[in-house]
Amino acid sequence: MSPVQPIRSIQELDELQAALEKQHRADHPRITLCTGPGCIATGANDVAEAFRKQIEERNLGDRVEFKCTGCHGFCAMAPVVTVDPAGYCYGGVRPGDVKDILERTILNGEIILDLTYKDPETGEPIPLEADIPFYKHQHRIILAENRQIDPTSLEDFLAIGGYKALAHILQSQTPENVIDIIKHSGLQGRGGAGFPTGVKWLRASEQPADPKYIVCNADEGDPGAFMDRGLLEGNPHRIIEGMCIGAIAIGSRQGFVYVRHEYPLAVKHITQAVEDARSAGLLGDGILGTDFSFDLKVVQGAGAFVCGEETALIASLEGHRGEPEQRPPYPVESGFKGKPTIINNVETWANVPHIINNGPEWFRSIGSEGSKGTKIFSLVGKVRNTGLVEVPMGTTIKSIVYDIGGGVPNGKEFRAIQTGGPAGGCLPAELIDMTIDFEALQHAGTIMGSGGLIVMDESTCMVDVARYFTRFLEYESCGKCYSCRKGTQRMRELLDDICDGHGTMEHLDLLEELGQMVNTASMCGLGQNAANPVLSTLRYFRNEYEDHIKELRCPAGVCTALIQYKIVTELCDGCQACVKVCPVDAIAGEKDQMHTINSDVCIKCGSCLDVCAKDAVVIISGGGE
Amino acid sequence: MITKKVSLTINGLPAEVYEGTTILEASRLYGINIPTLCYLDGLSSYGACRLCIVEIGPAENSKVVSSCTYRCEDGMEVRTHTKRILDTRKIILELMVCSTPGSKTIQDLASAHGVIQARFRPENEDCILCGLCVRMCAEQMMAGAIGFAGRGPDRYITTPFDELSDLCRHCGGCMYICPVCMYRCMGPKADTTLCNACLNLSPSCVEVYDQQQCWMPPSCGTCVRPEGNYLPATGLIIEEEKATE
Repeated sequence: MSPVQPIRSIQELDELQAALEKQHRADHPRITLCTGPGCIATGANDVAEAFRKQIEERNLGDRVEFKCTGCHGFCAMAPVVTVDPAGYCYGGVRPGDVKDILERTILNGEIILDLTYKDPETGEPIPLEADIPFYKHQHRIILAENRQIDPTSLEDFLAIGGYKALAHILQSQTPENVIDIIKHSGLQGRGGAGFPTGVKWLRASEQPADPKYIVCNADEGDPGAFMDRGLLEGNPHRIIEGMCIGAIAIGSRQGFVYVRHEYPLAVKHITQAVEDARSAGLLGDGILGTDFSFDLKVVQGAGAFVCGEETALIASLEGHRGEPEQRPPYPVESGFKGKPTIINNVETWANVPHIINNGPEWFRSIGSEGSKGTKIFSLVGKVRNTGLVEVPMGTTIKSIVYDIGGGVPNGKEFRAIQTGGPAGGCLPAELIDMTIDFEALQHAGTIMGSGGLIVMDESTCMVDVARYFTRFLEYESCGKCYSCRKGTQRMRELLDDICDGHGTMEHLDLLEELGQMVNTASMCGLGQNAANPVLSTLRYFRNEYEDHIKELRCPAGVCTALIQYKIVTELCDGCQACVKVCPVDAIAGEKDQMHTINSDVCIKCGSCLDVCAKDAVVIISGGGE
Repeated sequence: MITKKVSLTINGLPAEVYEGTTILEASRLYGINIPTLCYLDGLSSYGACRLCIVEIGPAENSKVVSSCTYRCEDGMEVRTHTKRILDTRKIILELMVCSTPGSKTIQDLASAHGVIQARFRPENEDCILCGLCVRMCAEQMMAGAIGFAGRGPDRYITTPFDELSDLCRHCGGCMYICPVCMYRCMGPKADTTLCNACLNLSPSCVEVYDQQQCWMPPSCGTCVRPEGNYLPATGLIIEEEKATE
């Protein structure tokens, strides 16, 4: 990569972008490999190595462009390769497939059917990315750019019109205009609370104090959520550009990107992007030859989930314990070092340049009545097409789970969907036609959160789910508020009792009482939502709790204290696979003879169930299957 | 010098206080008692015990906040003793009694709030992490020898790196203000859970000693003095082996 040349004026930026656009040949064959976390975990780095090596060996450097990009989103197909300009999408690519892709697709224009996405019902291959239901039903604005650029290349970002919004603001807009545009667009914070971004900026701009600070909250810690990670890893400059625009709006000269330490690649990419932007004169003193100065510092979190809460984040930035404080005063009045500070989520910042480029009316035209624009969700759990999806606000759960997600695999039934991370709630299958926007979710007893969606099927025990998330919150509570610290501990103890078969109906009343107390009395957003997993499952899945208590039965067959493993006589062919795999020698049976499990010895690890080829091992709970 | 005043209503009563006054301070000024365990005049507010919660704003859209950390605002509507607040305080106190039954302060508060059951597994902790000692040490003794460590269930108060601190002068200020170890409750069931005896006496302390809320042994003990194996204060029957102990 060429060293970054300083861009000294807006005119120079325009010229550079024009030149880069000229260089870009839309009809030139291009291979892009997703190197997001999901793809790297499935071997994308080896595939990248193979591509580079073979392109060099075959002297194809002039005939095809190869690029490693951030997350494309389709994690179920990882590692994902796209071939342009045809727009083919290949999944599950191994280093051994590289030769085929180069020879057959690039040189001969052939589609490799083995690597394409196949319709799960008909088995029909769908070679074009745009035709795959996962992509077809999305509305990709922010995520679409991940696929186009190498996140470590400023040039790539400039080639897709990067920093144009910043240049436009510097050239022809006042801070008041910027705030008006953002306010008019209806952009709401994407971190969970949905506070109107424009209003936040306006309040900060009205503060007389100086200096003012800007923070990008990238302390994404929800289990199963990786939206912000995908953006920071895949398109860090878009976030820097958004923050520069925010800085102009409120009159700030210093910003911070607070990113969690557990995202090493995100830290690497945003750090490099900040350095590149600084060398290019897009950060620092006198940006693009104007008198606007702004710089960014990347700060790593130390592993506390609660530091995603804004007052705790500020405490952590200042070097104190990550502990929330009473608001008001809000950070816009008194934040970092007691100065006005605006904190926005990664996705919020990424939206800003698009709103400036396309206008607030364009943004308002997307989404629902009350919530504008698109939202990125990480769709995970018991669903076919896991990954990052971007849809307009107000899309129904059904559309996300079935049209995009492809439904629940293995013929199982959709049971529930968990939204909003650990402090969110579970919605039952009956609410599948509900639209996802801030208001609707709040009304149903859960939250938007930063956008995690965990799909659950009939093999998920809702009591166990509530227990898992309550345990998570118990350990991630900062412990300051007695209500949250003790409340989560006691709720988890009660759930433990129920899962272990010691529950009584009084446990349920007590859980409800405790839950109300935790949500009422706690200070910060974590505490005020800490009982949502319990309260929402009690509201929608009370019968399942009652099964655990009255019949000592776990309907999903998850709670180990309430289940037994049995071998069905008619199905067992005596292959001894289970006998060999049992870690405690609980299974008896000679070869070709029927096997039996001694439930006194069995530790219910499920190994026998996994190895049985005849599906003869079944879980029995409370007298029935 | 702050001279600006703000007007608000507390339980319907019009009130006027200087800007920057907390709801708790304002309520006390007007004679309304709000229970707290982590607030002390002369120390900064922290908001850990959550007993001083109050409702603010119109009823249908009210917000619950800790009055010790929330400052009065013009036109604010404060309600300190609604059903929602009392129920919440009650279950917080129930939690406290189950976890730190040895504290007379907590047992007294629990009795005063009508806590009559203790439904959680008994624990015998020595600390509710109210942080009074931490603030006492830093703000009044100017030492800063102790602080919080850990998170969630692993949170505790300690000296830096759990080692003897040079900053600690052994002044005892931390122990002096601790609501848990200050007075030990000597009631009949205090070791395990709920006592309730102190405030439900018959005859009461006042009747016997012309003084309410006796300080525990050696002076009083009415509440723990059984008539045979019957405790008149609580209506409890002492189990056989305990009575003979």
